[in-house]
This record gives sequence, C-alpha cells and structure tokens, in this order.
Amino acid sequence: MSIRVIRPGLLTTIQDLGRYGLQQFGVIVSGAMDPLALRISNLLVGNEQNEAVLEVTLSGPGLLFEHEALIAITGADLSAVIDSHAVPLWRPIWVRQGSLLEFGSPVRGCRAYLSVAGGFDVPLVMHSRSTYLRAGLGGFDGRSLQAGDVLNLRSASPFVSQQIKRMSESGSEYPLIAPGWFGGSDLAEYADDPTIRVISGGQYDWFNEESREAFVSEPFRITKQSDRMGYRLAGPTMRFIQPRDLISEAVTVGTVQVPPEGQPIILMADRPTTGGYAKIAQVATVDIPVLAQLKPGARIRFRTVSVEEAQELYRSRESMIRRLRCGIAQMNT
Amino acid sequence: MPDSAKKGKALHDPASFQIFPLGDAAIVIKFGDTIDRELHRSVRALENYFVDHSLHGMIERVPAYATVTIYYDPAQRSYHDLEQELRKILAELADVPELDSRIVEIPVSYGGEFGPDLEFVAQHNSLKTDEVVQIHSAPDYLVYMIGFAPGFPYLGGMSQRIAAPRRDSPRLKIPVGSVGIAGTQTGVYPIETPGGWQLIGRTPIKLFRPREIPPTLLKAGDIVRFRPISSEEFTSLRACSQ
Repeated sequence: MSIRVIRPGLLTTIQDLGRYGLQQFGVIVSGAMDPLALRISNLLVGNEQNEAVLEVTLSGPGLLFEHEALIAITGADLSAVIDSHAVPLWRPIWVRQGSLLEFGSPVRGCRAYLSVAGGFDVPLVMHSRSTYLRAGLGGFDGRSLQAGDVLNLRSASPFVSQQIKRMSESGSEYPLIAPGWFGGSDLAEYADDPTIRVISGGQYDWFNEESREAFVSEPFRITKQSDRMGYRLAGPTMRFIQPRDLISEAVTVGTVQVPPEGQPIILMADRPTTGGYAKIAQVATVDIPVLAQLKPGARIRFRTVSVEEAQELYRSRESMIRRLRCGIAQMNT
Repeated sequence: MPDSAKKGKALHDPASFQIFPLGDAAIVIKFGDTIDRELHRSVRALENYFVDHSLHGMIERVPAYATVTIYYDPAQRSYHDLEQELRKILAELADVPELDSRIVEIPVSYGGEFGPDLEFVAQHNSLKTDEVVQIHSAPDYLVYMIGFAPGFPYLGGMSQRIAAPRRDSPRLKIPVGSVGIAGTQTGVYPIETPGGWQLIGRTPIKLFRPREIPPTLLKAGDIVRFRPISSEEFTSLRACSQ
C-alpha cells in the first residue's frame, strides 16, 4: 500500500501532534500547525487522533495512489481534485487505485491535513512521527517530501478495511466515493481577520501603558517572515518602560514575545524550547488553529482573557471533539 | 526529633518565588531574575522532588536558569488547583545540600581547522592561544539548562579573561561538535546550525543522540569538564563514536 509523490508542493511534511516529553533536553515539539484539523482528519478515517498525516502548505503536492485508500482532507481549502473531480473537505473519501490527487490555488486558509486510514508507515523517532526539519529527523527521512518519494501506508483497522472493500466492490466508475459521515469543520472557528484571545504574558508589566493599550486595540499584520517556527508581526511598536534583560526560560506554542526593536513574534509549532525575549502575551490554545490557517498579509487583533476563561474554552472544545468521535464510532457499529 | 529536622530545612519563604501562568497549559515557578548558582539550587531542589513524585495532569517540565515550567493538560486540572498544590510542595521543599552532579568530560581539539576563531579570541584578550585553551579547559562548568538546540548546554563558569564578542556576520553552517564562545558564554553545537559564536575547537563526542533515551549526552545539573586533545586523538575518538 503506497502513495507516490509526483510533485512535492511548497512544503509538504509528515506531522502528528508533536514530540512531547523531551523539551528539557532541547528537543522541539514540532507537530501539526493546526492540531485540531489533524485530529479531525484522523477521526474521519477511523484513525487514532494522534496518527501521522501530511501537512500541505499553500501550494499542494501531486500524489498518485498506487493502491486504493480511504482519506480525509481538513483544514485549508487548497482546491483538492482527484482526477479532476473536486474533493469535498471534512469527510472521508474512498480513492480508487491509480487516482491522482492534486491541489490548485488556495481558496481559504493556509494548511491542509491529509489523513489516510491506517496512517503513514514511517518510524517513531523519540516517540513521534513528526518531521523535525532542523535536525533532519522524524517524518519521511527528516525532510519535506520530494518528487519520486514513495509513502508506504499501514493497514487500516479491520472495520475500515471492510468499508474500503465494500466501496471498492460497488463497481462505481467514479474515482472517489464519500461515505455518509462528516463533520468538524465548524469546530475550528476559522476567520480571515480574527480576534485572537490571549492571556497576559509573564513580562506584560514590562511594557508601557501606551503599548499595552495598543496591543489590544490596534491590528497587527502577519509579515512574510513567518513560517512553522513563528510569525513576525507588523503593527504598533511595543515599548518597554525601561530596557531589561530576561534570562532564558521556557517558551511554548502561542507565546507572543517582543525583541528589543518592539515588533512581536508569535511562536508556532517549530519554536525552540526556551527563549530570552520578554513575553507580552500567550495565545489561548483554542485559537492556535485559527492562527495556523493565516497567510502572510492577514490582519489580526488581540483580546485579553483570563486563564480561567481560556481553560473553560479548552475544555468545551475537547468535549465537542469527544462528541464528534463518539458520533463517528456509533455510525461505524 | 523535631518535625523540621525530619523534613530537612525548608528552602523557601513564600516571598522568594513567584508562580504565574504561561498560557492555559503551562505554569511557571520563578525563583529569581539572575544567573546564579545559589539561586539555581532552588531549581535543582524542585527538579529533585520530581524524581520520585508526579503531579496529576503533568505532561513535562522545562527547568531553566531560575525557573521551572510545567506543561499540563487543562482538561485534567485547572491552573488554580495546580498552583495551590505547587505552593504546598514548595513550602516543604528540602534544600539540596550540595549540587549532586554527574561529571561529564568532553574532549576538545582546540584551534586549527576545528577552531578557526581561537586566534581571534587570543588576540582580543591579549593572550597566547595555548593560554586560551588552558583557561577554557580549567573550570568545572555547570549545565544550568538545555535549550536553543537538542542537547545544547547553557554553561556557567567561563572565565571573563577569554570572553569575546559574537562574529559580525554569523556563519551559515556551524559543524556538529563545534565549541564556541559568545560574550562570557561558552557552549557546544549538537547539530549543524547557523550561528555567530567564535569557534575555538571541536569535540568528536556526540551531544545529540536521537536513538537513545534520554537523547542527549548532557542534562541540566551536570558538570562539564573540557579536556584538550590532539587532532589525532580527535580522529580516533570520532571513529569510535560513529
């Protein structure tokens, strides 16, 4: 069971939810930029939520299915087609052997998540299948996909295999079939000019009142110096009451740090484990997927919430995912 | 025996640390604002506590110079709840009498092709190159923390006499194992990265070992000693570590 890479796309990598437990050794977390889209993509094809998928960035790859497979695409709408038929997002799709999956222009969002039933057969490196680009480890050979790569797939669960067999025997001439279950697209709350909820950062009171006010009242633009490691923002300059040094300490996904020149940086999936810039804010976990789908040029605003409020949002998001998972499981029994 | 003696001397009065959130899924315990071995003992004491204790919902910890950051699952417990438990733990936390450290020797071939900036560091400090080597390899360095790259040690204890500014333009590729100086800091590059440090030597020992657990030679709290070796010894040691 395999998929052949005909064209690699801009940046196509294998990611799961990330490499946890080794940050104290300087090993970065990596993982999907949009963890929600990854989890739902996996649920739709009967995988565990943490299974490795392909993260497709803006300009997607061309993939030849050398065997039939059950797939799902979530996250961004990057105009996916299979043999010229538009692929519906956020639902499982049976793909006939010999089909070519291609992506066109980005319609909405930045990163799509392609799961396959059974998952990609790449080794676990330090407990994870995520690609660690800087160290050249994990994922497919520690790098983004290249033309000619052959991605082997693991076997799907017996139930899903049976479903695939049934669709395969239906005799349809159509190259793809979408079974009846779908969902999850409404959970992410994607928006083009979003207001991002943040909790105050550890050095929030190092900034002068005017900057603190501007931080939550004026928009910031995501600049071209933005990638999986972090987004550099352009907007009002954040000024310190007085210059102060911060000794290095832990940083995490969604940390909004401010270098001395005053333009904030939001750290994302490939962030380092520690940093020494002042932290003005920290993005609420539920809004990370929204950020992950923004392209350079997008405008964002920040709104402060309490840690209690952010944790309540987190718990309510988790219970919605649990309901989606139970719904899919019931349909499958 | 009085209770206090059984528990050991409490390390902290409540005013000596702060606890605050790093977002909705991490909590920071901060013992101070300086790089200081005495202050760092509090970090080590808390890390010692976690050798045989765990916290419900805890995912992992990142100790640093003066902080310990704990990542946790907010679906399993709230910030407030975790903060209360940590305050109790810290109030009873016993001092670590001595930094109970593992000593790790790192062989370094100084100068030549491995240390293209050794000459610069010597000139900058009006020293001979072998004096720089002698000063650099003399102290016991404390690994305060690991960060920046997998297995990269933030070392304390370098002599001011061999301090040197970063290079004006960073190198695009610094070879694995390079030993560098930036300001009063010294460190070893575990993976090939760009960087602006002055390179004075290279070690044949691997600091990042992704197929081992833990995946790095060094961990926070270790003591590092640099041992000067010849380029021949470098070659034979590297052959052994492949």
